[in-house]
Amino acid sequence: MSKEQKEAQAVMKQHMGLKASQRLSNTIVYIILIIMSIIWLVPFVAIVLQSFRNETNAAGELVTWRVSYWLPKKWGIENYRSLFVDTSFPRWYLNTFIIALVQCVVQTIIVLCMAYTLSRFRFKSRGKLMRFMMILGLFPGMLTMLILYRVLSDLNMTGEHAVPGLILVYVASSGMGYYVSKGFFDTIPKALDEAARVDGATRFQVLYKIILPLAKPIVIYTILTAFMAPWGDFVFAAYIAHAKEAGMNVAVGLNSWLDKDHIVKYYTRFCAGGVMVAVPVSILFMCLQKYYVEGVTGGAVKG
Amino acid sequence: MKKIDGLEYLKLSKWNKFVYRFLSFFAAIPGKLLNLCKGIGKAVVKFFTGIGRSLQDIVTTFVHGDWKTKLSYLFMGFGNIARGQVLRGILFLLFEIVFIFYMITTGGYWLSKLPSLGTVETHTEMVKEQGRFGMVEVAKTVPGDDSFKILLYGVLTLFFVVAFIYTWRANIKQNKIAEQILKTGKPLKSGRDDLRSLVDDNFHRTLLALPLTGILVFTVMPIFFMILVAFTNYDFEHDGLNHLFHWNGLAGFKEMLSWNSGGVKYSAAFGEILTWTLIWAFFATFTNYFLGIFVAMMINKKGIKFKKLWRTVLVLTIAIPQFISLLFVSQMFAKNGIVNGALMDLGIISEAIDWWGSPTLARIMVIIINIWIGIPYLMLIATGILMNIPADLYESCRIDGASGWKQFSKITLPYMLFITGPYLLTSFTGNMNNFNVIYLLTGGGPTNTALSGTSDVGHTDLLITWLFKLTTGSNQKYYLASVVGILVFIVVAIITLVVYNVLPSVKNEEDFQ
Repeated sequence: MSKEQKEAQAVMKQHMGLKASQRLSNTIVYIILIIMSIIWLVPFVAIVLQSFRNETNAAGELVTWRVSYWLPKKWGIENYRSLFVDTSFPRWYLNTFIIALVQCVVQTIIVLCMAYTLSRFRFKSRGKLMRFMMILGLFPGMLTMLILYRVLSDLNMTGEHAVPGLILVYVASSGMGYYVSKGFFDTIPKALDEAARVDGATRFQVLYKIILPLAKPIVIYTILTAFMAPWGDFVFAAYIAHAKEAGMNVAVGLNSWLDKDHIVKYYTRFCAGGVMVAVPVSILFMCLQKYYVEGVTGGAVKG
Repeated sequence: MKKIDGLEYLKLSKWNKFVYRFLSFFAAIPGKLLNLCKGIGKAVVKFFTGIGRSLQDIVTTFVHGDWKTKLSYLFMGFGNIARGQVLRGILFLLFEIVFIFYMITTGGYWLSKLPSLGTVETHTEMVKEQGRFGMVEVAKTVPGDDSFKILLYGVLTLFFVVAFIYTWRANIKQNKIAEQILKTGKPLKSGRDDLRSLVDDNFHRTLLALPLTGILVFTVMPIFFMILVAFTNYDFEHDGLNHLFHWNGLAGFKEMLSWNSGGVKYSAAFGEILTWTLIWAFFATFTNYFLGIFVAMMINKKGIKFKKLWRTVLVLTIAIPQFISLLFVSQMFAKNGIVNGALMDLGIISEAIDWWGSPTLARIMVIIINIWIGIPYLMLIATGILMNIPADLYESCRIDGASGWKQFSKITLPYMLFITGPYLLTSFTGNMNNFNVIYLLTGGGPTNTALSGTSDVGHTDLLITWLFKLTTGSNQKYYLASVVGILVFIVVAIITLVVYNVLPSVKNEEDFQ
């Protein structure tokens, strides 16, 4: 073997070694990812399994409580049927849907107004305003629940009539969440605005014709998050609904089934309800995932 | 500690360098705090000199102004109308009329009651009534003052008064400016100009009007109100309607913070919960952060296939409303839940584990489940940032023979930390107030028996969930809840200020545009 050949072989060997080590590390990564995926999926698989439980116990009662085994002994959609026929779940669903729909229109408009203004205009009190809002944000919002409840009950917007009350409060405070969108607007070059202004466009035209089309991802992100938030809101909604079934949203209603007195009768229906909420919301989310990722990575980090 | 210059610093050993940096960070804190105090002092001085200058200006404008201006001091908007700016003038005048009307009809009453928060308690009175057999005495409930309403509408009226004073001041300023413009011989803006400017030069006002009104009414005012509640004795017993509540000074703060207040140990509860809140926020933030970056790097690793699939699986936890996943996970780990069931079937454990029963285990569990919730977000964020790191940085690193760990610790991590500094801060404070995870998983439990009587404080309770318990439990202590809220604010504000002062990254937002 000549010297060159030997060298070439050595290089090859080293290369192969690298390859092998890379293959090894990739295998480890695959194993970790697979284990993670299982852990991440298990709860969702489990809740679906529980929701299809349709078995009776020795005494002939339908098993509606929590059991410690995974697979239903008998499958069926009884839980879903009874969910829609025997309980207030449809009402809760409708309540939440109405709130979500109004939210995603009004909140989007408000958030975009705030974000655009604070990103583009340099008016006198801008810095003060932003600092003030930041300080406001440091207060635990839960503190205001008490007084908001009293104000809303004076307006007859609590209990059974909680839906308009919830909408009012959500909408009114939605201006606080402008950071993400502002971060995104900041990334759109200001030169565009200035060029349009030089050409004689008003501020309104600049927003409508130039900025909004460019800001499509963040608009969709805002709509998406505004739509999803009401499905998960729990504390405030519970407080305003004040244990009146007609005024609850899904989160409050389903949670009320898990307390000591109800869980025996409602556990499997809770699972079914959870699936009913999770499926449409997550499908919507998955469809618009791209925009969500853009919003999170673009606006959220820089804030 | 001694300051050393750059050259001497470079001569130090690695360990000494670290010690030096560590110490100098803490040595700088007093100076920074001093600066902060100075800043606050300056702001206060500025505020008062501003008011002084305003007063001076009001007086000089009155002295030097013409009769139109002088009349405007009494009738807002008069000067505007007299000079042809009818629209502005009418708005000013209208505001004044509404204000005076409101103050006479109701506002004055609420303001007058505000210092006492009501004097007449609801009580029963013997009233003489015309019965069937002549006059009889009947017991009747006479509604008294409602402290809550007095405080609420008192605050509202105060806001209104401030708004009025501000508008009145603006009205005077306008007169002054109008006089000056007329002196130079230029025309004033007409009502039509004003309207047009609302979509152009003053477009920001149009855009901000609605959102800021909402924030003022539904965020600022309630917070102001609740701060005031901390200085009263508003609780379950003194609910304002049946029993009045009163101003109580700093008694609430004393009860919460003094270590020797007999009876119920709120101070002990506060200390314990604050400690756990900080521990929780630290672990919840940093475990998520580093594991999230780690997962993102794994998924983005060269040669890993199905990147989209892995991401989608993780993102599922974001897509599904948190209350469902959290509530269900909490049920899975119940003592007779399916996790114990599976573990026993597999023969790993022989006896069911009470996941939420022991304080330490419950605390570890909430942190672990929070990782399950949080990794996907961080994975998304980290993926976005990792892709932005210039590839040639790694290239040159590799040529120099740096190992994978070196690359991570010298390039990836510093870059991430630099970009995500502000995010880390907000997520730390967000975790301190992370109501959902704690409340839906454990409800604060297991109950801390050493602290009985303090609204069922549990071992996993954060300040925020305790606040909730204080306002909704069986024995509501609204003023204490309010005190807790203020203390949370102070803690969060201090952390924010300190971090912002040492953070290297984005301070100047204009740099980015």
